Amino acid sequence: MERNNDVWVFIEQHNGKASDVSFELLSKGRKLAETLSGSLKSVVIGHNIESLAKETFRFGAVEAYTIDDQSLANYRTMPYSRIVNQLVDAHKPGIFLFGATIVGRDLAPRAASHSKSGLTADCTDLQISDVKYLRVDYKNLLLQIRPAFGGNIIATIISPDVQTQMATVREGVMRLEPLEKPGIGKITKIPYLPEAFDSIVEIIEQHRQENKVNLKSAPIIVAGGYGVGTKENFRFVEELAHAIGGEVAGSRAAVDAGFVTPDRQVGQTGVTVRPKLYIAVGISGAIQHRAGMQESNKIIAINSDADAPIFGVAHYGVVGDASQILPLFINVFKQKLK
Amino acid sequence: MAINSIVMVKQVPDTANISGQVMKEDGTVNRALLPAIFNHEDRVALELALQVQDTYSGKVTVITMGPPRASDVLRECLYMGADEAYLISDRKFAGADTLATSYVLSEAIRKIGRYDIIFSGRQAIDGDTAQVGPQTAEKLHIPQVTYTEEVLHIQDGKIRIKRKIEGGYEIVESGMPVLVTVLKDAVSPRPYKARRVMTYKNAKTLMELEKLVEGNSLLYIDQLKDEYLSKNLYIRTFTMDDLMLEAERCGVAGSPTKVHKVESVVLGGGQREMFHATKAGIGELIDKLMVDHIFG
Repeated sequence: MERNNDVWVFIEQHNGKASDVSFELLSKGRKLAETLSGSLKSVVIGHNIESLAKETFRFGAVEAYTIDDQSLANYRTMPYSRIVNQLVDAHKPGIFLFGATIVGRDLAPRAASHSKSGLTADCTDLQISDVKYLRVDYKNLLLQIRPAFGGNIIATIISPDVQTQMATVREGVMRLEPLEKPGIGKITKIPYLPEAFDSIVEIIEQHRQENKVNLKSAPIIVAGGYGVGTKENFRFVEELAHAIGGEVAGSRAAVDAGFVTPDRQVGQTGVTVRPKLYIAVGISGAIQHRAGMQESNKIIAINSDADAPIFGVAHYGVVGDASQILPLFINVFKQKLK
Repeated sequence: MAINSIVMVKQVPDTANISGQVMKEDGTVNRALLPAIFNHEDRVALELALQVQDTYSGKVTVITMGPPRASDVLRECLYMGADEAYLISDRKFAGADTLATSYVLSEAIRKIGRYDIIFSGRQAIDGDTAQVGPQTAEKLHIPQVTYTEEVLHIQDGKIRIKRKIEGGYEIVESGMPVLVTVLKDAVSPRPYKARRVMTYKNAKTLMELEKLVEGNSLLYIDQLKDEYLSKNLYIRTFTMDDLMLEAERCGVAGSPTKVHKVESVVLGGGQREMFHATKAGIGELIDKLMVDHIFG
């Protein structure tokens, strides 16, 4: 199949401000487009979005498709998906990337269903490679890499026979890399022609709070897992974080157990972090968790199971019970740094 | 105004409880050894449909695509209060990704017919993709409301829903029919009713009735099916032929995404320094972090 070499990124915005994940995807998309000798393009839907469209050039986009209308200020499934589908039908990009946000996970499957594209959720890496699959040689496929099935395997997914290869990626997974000397991109304005079906779902009211937890920029993170045992024991994790000036985080199991709130979840289905110091307490270290923290500068693993996989990515390890080690850590720390 | 709902449910391997025994030598998971459970968010979706029924009356139909043993989750739905259950099952559906799955489900729903709301969980724990709901809605050309936290009310043919958005929530109003995907804390599923369990534990799919016939020359499948139907114990069963599906859009053939390779996770062989869980050991660790310029 002749496939177009262009890489598209859907730019998610709120009040004309893009979400970080969109620029992260542009940064990755630029490299994919370079490998393919294709063009990186952004799709910006909203209201008063011209400056945002220009901002995408700073991350390597050479063209921005903009669809600007007051009624498009907030994301709504029906008009957004219709616009995206029409653009994909008209231009058939080879790759289309979306943030694995609530908006991206609402929009991307609808777009993939319309164009019968392959769509892989929550990729932790994207690469371009020639692939031999079932004795057929394919040139320049998008390798969509993600942990699968309880995190015991890493799967590489391909969509060899589709016009458009689609993937979603969580915020923080790809690095944000603005260009030092951005080029001058082209803005292609597409008129918005409303259809009756666009307004079948209306927003009555909206309530947002700026996310107060910012794990991504925390220099020190103390994360607890299911192995911490109880909500009471999780207090030691919080105390240690407080003592050493870190943020509290948790594994998915800790979130599911109610030890910590979902906005503090580190891992494939949470936030990806790269702090100076990451202390993993009672976290066994399933691949989904490691995917979200293994690029930390220094990792300390504290676990009662000496064979826990978390030690495989740790620089320093302590085997033992968290409820004894953490108070000890706090005491010694205070003595040494008082 | 009666509201008819269809609830899409899924039987999933219990990936949260993977133990050593289910890991194969090559590091992959032996699915057959994992306990199969009712995907929790789908159970929540059924509860929401039943609550809509409690308030507005109407019928609740459940539907699942899966292997024959997926009938277990349908019986559980009947225990909770579902009126009617459909199993969509065919060997040719095996290996379906979300696109092929949504094709089969959407065609089954077309055949089932009139509905006002399709409910499903936001995602299933074996893939966490959250794609089948929106893809089914797209194929049926109906709107969708994903990440539902609460159904507020239904009035004049419109449903008002509170849904999660990044950093908060919004309230939306949608025309019907609509597909609604539900978050796990939206409502808590009701327990099984003892009387319904006594009745519906005997509910059977076509494949299960065929098994009975196999072992007994006095039974005829059509007769048996009619008997189960009349007692409301027949779990309606659709195969690929019943739905007149295009084979190239089902199962592996209809799935654009392919697994190119799987690697069992190899731990980085990086050297790590171990410290004793004693005051002296922790002291050495903190010294190390000071040398690394992380502390101090």
